Amino acid sequence: MKQATISSRLIHSPEFRLAIIALAVFVLMSVLSPDRFLSSQNLTSMAFQFPEFAILALAVMLTMMTGGIDLSVVGVANLSAVVAATILTQYAGPDMSVGVAMKWYLIAFAAALLVGALAGLANGALVAYFGLPPILATLGSGLVFTGLAIAMTGGSAVMGFPDIVAWLGNGKLIGVPVPLIVFVLLAIGLHILLTKTGFGLRVTMYGANPLAAMFAAINVTALILRVYVIAGMFSSVAGMIIMSRANSAKADYGSSYLLLAVLISVLGGVNPYGGYGRAIGIVLAVLSMQFLSSGLNMLQISNFARELIWGGLLIFVLLINTIDWASLGQGRKNSNKSG
Amino acid sequence: MASANPHAFIDMKGITKRYAGVTALDGVDFSVNAGEAVCLVGENGSGKSTLIKILSGVEQPTDGEIFINGEQRFNLDPRASSAAGVMVIFQDFSLFPNLSVAENIAFSTQLSKQNTLFKKRNARDLARSVLQRIGVDIPLDTRVESLPVAHKQLVAICRALACEARLIIMDEPTTALTELEVHSLLEIIRRLKQDGVAVVFVSHKLAEVLEVSEKVFILRNGKNVVEGPATDFDAASLTRHMTGRDLPQVTVSAISETSQTLLHVKDLTKAGVFEDINFELRAGEILGITGLLGSGRTPLAKALFGLTKPDSGRITMDAKVIPLGDPLASATARIGYVPEDRLTEGLFLTQSIIRNVAVGRLTAHERYGFLNMKSLNAEADIWLNRLKVKAPDIEAPVQSLSGGNQQRVALARWLARAPRVLVLNGPSVGVDVGSKADIHNIIRELAASGIGVIVISDDLPELLATCHRILVMRNGKITDEIKGASISEEELAHRLAS
Repeated sequence: MKQATISSRLIHSPEFRLAIIALAVFVLMSVLSPDRFLSSQNLTSMAFQFPEFAILALAVMLTMMTGGIDLSVVGVANLSAVVAATILTQYAGPDMSVGVAMKWYLIAFAAALLVGALAGLANGALVAYFGLPPILATLGSGLVFTGLAIAMTGGSAVMGFPDIVAWLGNGKLIGVPVPLIVFVLLAIGLHILLTKTGFGLRVTMYGANPLAAMFAAINVTALILRVYVIAGMFSSVAGMIIMSRANSAKADYGSSYLLLAVLISVLGGVNPYGGYGRAIGIVLAVLSMQFLSSGLNMLQISNFARELIWGGLLIFVLLINTIDWASLGQGRKNSNKSG
Repeated sequence: MASANPHAFIDMKGITKRYAGVTALDGVDFSVNAGEAVCLVGENGSGKSTLIKILSGVEQPTDGEIFINGEQRFNLDPRASSAAGVMVIFQDFSLFPNLSVAENIAFSTQLSKQNTLFKKRNARDLARSVLQRIGVDIPLDTRVESLPVAHKQLVAICRALACEARLIIMDEPTTALTELEVHSLLEIIRRLKQDGVAVVFVSHKLAEVLEVSEKVFILRNGKNVVEGPATDFDAASLTRHMTGRDLPQVTVSAISETSQTLLHVKDLTKAGVFEDINFELRAGEILGITGLLGSGRTPLAKALFGLTKPDSGRITMDAKVIPLGDPLASATARIGYVPEDRLTEGLFLTQSIIRNVAVGRLTAHERYGFLNMKSLNAEADIWLNRLKVKAPDIEAPVQSLSGGNQQRVALARWLARAPRVLVLNGPSVGVDVGSKADIHNIIRELAASGIGVIVISDDLPELLATCHRILVMRNGKITDEIKGASISEEELAHRLAS
């Protein structure tokens, strides 16, 4: 009996559907273009490509769990990268000894994380203290962060780093791409945070009903601040990976990543009204998107058409999820009645 | 095939409504003649609002027939229903607060005539003539938000009349009115009836309007239980039919002589909402606070838990001052608050039953941020059992529970925190009769265990059955202090509304 409910819950969960979608896209692309899609070169290149926007998607997901959203993730990523890049070009050149370069790299990384945390704090304050709608607050703050990055760089790319910088985005550790490892670690971390900690449970409950959270004496303000700070720091990590892969930092890198990150969150089964979301959903959604995007690439479909497909997919998934929730509720009630 | 009653303006036969496996109405018959006042009585959850929704076209019946003016109607929608002259005045009146009286009255009429432009003069003429028709005088240019409740209600009635209403349905028409205002409302109802307009009162306490009514329909659990001429009923028999049993006489056990004062509220004031609130609460005492809608009872309840911030005054617990307007500080001082509206304020509807209880105790089961799920859930489970929550699966969303069980979940969350003072706002709103008695027992047991309980309610039998003392609020002030069990329900109702 208990077994049956667990397996039926698994089948009804959005993650299960996603796993099937990811698999379907993978199989479809393998069939359409078997020699190129399944080539080890393509698989490796995918593993290097997706972590940067996948990490941004994790950041968006966490804020979406509270019924909010963070549209400033790309802005934060670029600002962090620009700050880190400026530190590196100021104090560490390409021809520095590894030890000293390492020291400055760590300092730059810490500075990037600090920038992410401060940016998140600003977002959280706008939402929690001033009660601004998150979608508008972060849309505005994202422009401010991008603007700051432009002001620091004059709009051009910052480059000329020590070699060590390349490792985070391009290196391999026991044959596994480093950015992939970073993403997996962050995804596991987020999963643990959401399922095993009081913070995670509070986030979920707040997302389900913010008013009830206040009536249940949850410190709502502190909760929202922490959510946006974590999202900001995740964005910084993504920014550092982008910087490493591009071997430069620029105010307007990754501008298509925002839509992609939001799309992945929603595709990953996160309820945009808050209260539901699982890290595994993000992982599966990222895989689906990457398979789709690489596959389209191999089929030589233009970049513009790709954005159109993503936008369409976002709305489609939202519709599917809305419809599905209604019938899920029905199914549950019916099963209660029979049980 | 049932044929329509030739005299009836509205005739509903065998109306059944099912929502996803829940039967809200089960073969209900309901009819209203032209120029007749009818009481539709039932407890929360008895199906009376569903019936009204079907009549006004908001919901479609699963089964049954509806005749309006002798003509059978299918697929009634809100526009068709109002075109037939059926108007509903909801408890909140659905007026536009920032528009004038004239605009509010004339708005829907002008819309339905499909005029492109709003003609101000026509609006004023129409509003004036409708106000004259019911014989009241309200300045046409006053903004509706600045009117007292009773006048807002009159504006809503006028709006319905301006749309050529033949039946006005009034949802809970008297909950916010004083006795005097109820009296003048009844005068207006009499005029309407002479005009041939029918009126339906929907409520769970209607003793006041019995005198102008012809018929009474009583619903219980989605079925007709009794219908008959209004002269056959009085307040007591209404309650008996509504609940299906006589309410047991319960005596409230005395508080121990030696019990200490727990909570001390001094000169609590919030401008325009409540002022100079002073009272003490002893350990083991159940204190009732009552008043009409808008008397300030709910803001006061929220202020006790820090959800609204009073302008001045002091709340002390054991001689320690609790900062005002800070729910976290109130919770730390071990004050608990179970809100009035379970669905929006009390519960996390989509979350599991067990989580809804556990969320109150996260800090106690947290180490370095990590939750000990086992002990957290075990503790929540103990409280669910202690409060006898009937749930087939504690992992199911709390919204799958009945009203009574939901309320127990909300209570369990706070009881798990071992509160010293528990503020219960409307503890049995929307709860069936059986659960209501159980919840009253729980309240008594809590008090007996030394918790100070504050019950905020407008359910007078509830207050009389549970409270040691009752404070009556009117216009934001405490106007009366009554020793429990020393007063009859009628007398208490009179003191509330006079």
